Amino acid sequence: MEKGVPAGLLEITELRLGLPGERDRVLEEKKGKKGKKRAFCEDEDGKDGEEDDDVDDELGRVKDGVVGWPPICSYRQKTKSSCRNGGGVRVRYVKVSMDGAPFLRKIDLNMYRGYSDLSLAFRNIFGYLRVGDISEKDPKFSEYKPIYEDKDGDWMLVGDVPWEMFTESCRRLRIMKSSHSTEVDVEA
Amino acid sequence: MMYFPEEVLEHVFDFLSSHRDRNAASLVCKSWFKVERWSRHKVFIGNCYAITPERLIKRFPKVRSLSLKGKPHFADFNLVPHEWGGFVLPWIEAMAKSYPGLEELRLKRMVVSDESLELLSRAFPNFKALVLVSCEGFTTDGLASIAANCRFLRELDLQENDVDDHRGHWLCRFPDSCTSLVSLNFACLKGEVNLGALERLVARCPNLRSLRLNRSVPAEILCKILVKAPQLMDLGAGSCILVPRSDSFTKLTSAFLNCASVKSLSGFWEVTPRCLPAVYPICSKLTSLNLSYAPAIQGNDLIKLIRHCQKLQRLWVLDCIGDKGLAVVASTCKELQELRVFPSDPYVGGNAGVTEEGLVSVSIGCPKLHSLLYFCQQMTNAALTTVAKNCPRFTRFRLCILDPKRPDHMTSQPLDEGFGAIVQSCKDLRRLSLSGLLTDQVFLYIGMYAERLEMLSIAFAGDSDKGMLYVLNGCKNLRKLEIRDCPFGDDALLTDVGKYETMRSLWMSSCDVTIRGCKVLAEKMPRLNVEIINDKDLIEETPDDNQKVEKMYVYRTLDGPRKDAPEFVWTM
Repeated sequence: MEKGVPAGLLEITELRLGLPGERDRVLEEKKGKKGKKRAFCEDEDGKDGEEDDDVDDELGRVKDGVVGWPPICSYRQKTKSSCRNGGGVRVRYVKVSMDGAPFLRKIDLNMYRGYSDLSLAFRNIFGYLRVGDISEKDPKFSEYKPIYEDKDGDWMLVGDVPWEMFTESCRRLRIMKSSHSTEVDVEA
Repeated sequence: MMYFPEEVLEHVFDFLSSHRDRNAASLVCKSWFKVERWSRHKVFIGNCYAITPERLIKRFPKVRSLSLKGKPHFADFNLVPHEWGGFVLPWIEAMAKSYPGLEELRLKRMVVSDESLELLSRAFPNFKALVLVSCEGFTTDGLASIAANCRFLRELDLQENDVDDHRGHWLCRFPDSCTSLVSLNFACLKGEVNLGALERLVARCPNLRSLRLNRSVPAEILCKILVKAPQLMDLGAGSCILVPRSDSFTKLTSAFLNCASVKSLSGFWEVTPRCLPAVYPICSKLTSLNLSYAPAIQGNDLIKLIRHCQKLQRLWVLDCIGDKGLAVVASTCKELQELRVFPSDPYVGGNAGVTEEGLVSVSIGCPKLHSLLYFCQQMTNAALTTVAKNCPRFTRFRLCILDPKRPDHMTSQPLDEGFGAIVQSCKDLRRLSLSGLLTDQVFLYIGMYAERLEMLSIAFAGDSDKGMLYVLNGCKNLRKLEIRDCPFGDDALLTDVGKYETMRSLWMSSCDVTIRGCKVLAEKMPRLNVEIINDKDLIEETPDDNQKVEKMYVYRTLDGPRKDAPEFVWTM
C-alpha cells in the first residue's frame, strides 16, 4: 500500500454502497455558502476565496491529494477558471461615453487585466467611430483623456490608482475631450 | 544488387512521405542510406533529448522542416515542474548555423523564449511555418518578432500555449507587404489585439484558409472579417455576444451565408446562445466542430446546433451535452470519426455530465467512430463490451472516469472485463488510457490482445508487479508507457531492461520503484537516461537507496545525460 497517503485520497478511493454522486452531494451540503466554488479556480491576483473555508478544505483535499487528476491539460483548466458562465466570475459592467460619440458603450472591467488592456479596448471601441473629423490616426486623438466617476461621485483621472482599486471604485467612464475639462470638476 | 543512379533513388524516395518508410529505406544499404540522408527534408524527433542538435545536423544536412517534442505527456497535468527542461533555443542556435533553408518548425511541450523566437525570425530567410502546441516561456514580444521579420510567413499556429500577453500590438508588426498568410491561429492569447490591424491583415491575405481568433475579438469584427475572407475553411470565432434579431445579428447571419467553404468551426469563448442560429448556414458542411471552450452553449441550444451538422467527422464538446445530447449526436452525425467529451466541472459532480449510456448510443449510431476521449461519472463492463462490439475500429480509446478507482456502478466489479473487451475487439488500437477500478487482470488482457498498442496510460490500477509485466511482455509495439499511482516496483521495472530501448519513454510516478531500482536500471542500460524528479522538500544529500521515487522518467538516448537538467532532476 502507498504510505503517507493524504486522508482525502483514501476517502475518495473508498468503495461505498452509495448512489453515484452521493459524496459530492455531501460536499454540496457542506458548502452552504452562496454560489459554487470551483476547486481549480486560479485567481490571477492570487486571491483564494477566503470566505469558503469549509469548501476549500473538502475540495482542496480532493485537489491536493490527487495532483493532476482528472487528467485535463493545464491550459484547459486555466481557461475554464477564467471564463465566465453562470455562477462564475463576477462581472463589472460600466458605461463608457466618449465626447462627440452618438451613443454609449458598456464594457466589463473584469475582462481586462490592466490599464494598457483598457486603453487598447478604448481604441478598439471608439477608434472606428467617426467622431466628427477625428479618426484613430489623427494626432488629435491624444487630446482625449479618460476619466471615471468613482464611488463618491467624484470624477477622477484614469490611471492614478492600482488597477484593482480602480475596478472596485469605478462606476462609469468618460473619454473626455481635453478642451472640455473646465466643464467637469476633475480631482487632481 | 542492381545499380540505380542516385538521382533516380532520390526521386523514388520523394514518394516516401512517412518517416517510418524513409527510416526503413535508409537501413537497406550504404548507398540508400547516403541518398536518403541527403534528400531528407523533414525530420520528426519525438523526444528532444534523444539526440543532440549536432547529431541531427550531421546525419541530415538539408532539413527544411523539423518537429520536436519536449516534456513528457504528464507535464500537461502539472506533474512535471516548470523548469524541468525542453528548451528549444539550443536547437535554433545550431540550426541557424547549418540550416539556412529552414522553413518549418513544429514544437510541442517545449520552452520557447522570446530570444528563441527573435533568433528564429532572423536566421531563416525562407521561414514559412511556426506551430507551437502546449508550449510556454514566450510573450507577445516574441510573436512580434515573427510577424515583423518572417517575410514569407504562411502559417502561425498557436495551440493551447501559455503566453504572457504584454499588449495587442504584435499583430501590427506584420508589414503591409505581408500577403502570404494561409493560417493564423491566436485563439490561446488572453489579451486584446488591435482589431484594425487584424482586419487589414485579413483583407490583404487572399490565401488565408484558417483563422482562429481569441476571445477579445467581438462579433462585429468577426462579421467584417467573414465578409473580407469568404474563402475561409477553418474558423475559430472569438466572442459572439449579440442582441438577437438586431442589425449586427442579421449582418453576421448573411456573412456566414456567404462562407461556402468553412468546414471546421471552433472558439465561441463567449456567446449569446440565442444568436447561434447565425451559424446554422454553415453547419451542414461542417466536418469538424469544437465547442469545448464554449460553456455558454448548453442544453437545447447545443442540441439544436448539432442537429444541423450531419456531416461531422470530429466533435469536441463539454459534458453538459449530457446523454440526451449524445443520443442526438448518434442520430445526426453518421460520419462521426472522433469524439471528445470534456468535463465542465470535474470537482462538483452529481447531475451534470455524461454516463455510459451516452457512449453506448454513440457507438450504436456512429459506426465509423475510431477515436475517443471521454470524461464521465460512471461506467459499466456491459457498456464497454457493447461499445467494443459496435466499434471494432477504435485506434484511440481514452476513457476517464472522474472518480479514481470507481468500479462498475451496477455490479461493483472492477472494469477489467470491459477494457478487456475493447482490446480484444479493436485490433488496430494504438492508444489506450484506462481508469476506474482495475486489477492485474486487465493488464493480462492488454498484454494478450493489444498487439498494435503504442501508447498506454495507467492510473490508480493494478495489484502487483505482474500487471506491469504483462504489458511489457505482451505489447510488442509499445512506445510510450506512463504510469501513476500503481503498485509496480523494482521487480517489474528490472525484469526486462532491454525493452526500454525499444520504446521512446517510460514514466512512473507515485509507484513503488526505489532509488536502488533506478540505479540498477541506469547501470545496466547506458543508452537510457534514468531521470528522477525530486519534489523540492524531499531533496536529501545522500538519499537512502530504499527510498521510493516520487517521479521517474526513463528514455532512450544516443547522447547520454543531458547537460541542462535542473538541480532537482537527478540522472542516475
